[in-house]
Amino acid sequence: MAVNMDMNILIIDDYKTMLRIIENLLKQLGFRNIHQATDGSSALVKLGETKFDLIISDWNMQPMTGLQLLKEVRSSDKFKAIPFIMVTAESKPENVIAAKQAGVNNYIIKPFNAETLKQKLIAVLGAF
Amino acid sequence: MMLDTQRPDRTELLSKTQICAELENLASYINNARHEIAALRPTDINTDHIPRATDELDAVVGATEEATNKIMDICDEIGEVVGSCSPEIAAKLNDFTTRIFEACNFQDITGQRITKVVQTLKQIDVKVTDLLKIFGNGTAADKDSLAVRTGEAALLNGPALPQDAVDQDDIDRLMSDT
Repeated sequence: MAVNMDMNILIIDDYKTMLRIIENLLKQLGFRNIHQATDGSSALVKLGETKFDLIISDWNMQPMTGLQLLKEVRSSDKFKAIPFIMVTAESKPENVIAAKQAGVNNYIIKPFNAETLKQKLIAVLGAF
Repeated sequence: MMLDTQRPDRTELLSKTQICAELENLASYINNARHEIAALRPTDINTDHIPRATDELDAVVGATEEATNKIMDICDEIGEVVGSCSPEIAAKLNDFTTRIFEACNFQDITGQRITKVVQTLKQIDVKVTDLLKIFGNGTAADKDSLAVRTGEAALLNGPALPQDAVDQDDIDRLMSDT
């Protein structure tokens, strides 16, 4: 099944420049509906307001980290099926393992390029 | 007549004298160190050097963020004229702007590295405060300042240095391990 390029994507990062980079790369890949949040708590608020089809989140944020957000999402009946990609500079094996155990669908380390983002999106959503 | 058990042992006396001498030396050493530290004006570290250094680093983050946003603004402007170009030129322009956006990743990474340095400076600030308390007021160091991060907090380390960095292929292997 083809990927719906009108799907709602929520990107979360406390660096506004990074939000802008990810949003632009996603737009260049053809995605049209991209929403932003600057930490896990505000992401949860947005999740309650809009039906999202994909979450792309940084890890290291305050007051709620990306890992805490992932755990919240996976423990909620309403949100647990939403694919979740972690995009972070936290590259230690124990981080990847912790994210995997919490139910992350894919993991991208910063700095990343458009091709890596595309590959991981295809791995999670299917070809587009 | 003195019993053997009441007589002070000669070795014991010698060792007590040695301990006293060592303690005196130690006290003198600490006193000298205290004067030397005072001469270094350690309060300047708390009140001047560290706040100044953190402000400078914050300014670096602010300046790179501003510059990165300007670069991305220009990319957006290029994106607006792409539609009026031939398909071949438009594809090339899109490729160029994608590469510029990729390169702008640096701002996030350098920002996180600088945040780590600021946190380290703050730790040094706490330690210096503790030392000042010990040497100045004789009060004990704050136990909180020596706290070790555990659990999820221990997983927040920011970007690794290039020599310690793990690449995306290593991450992919970890993700695919069952």
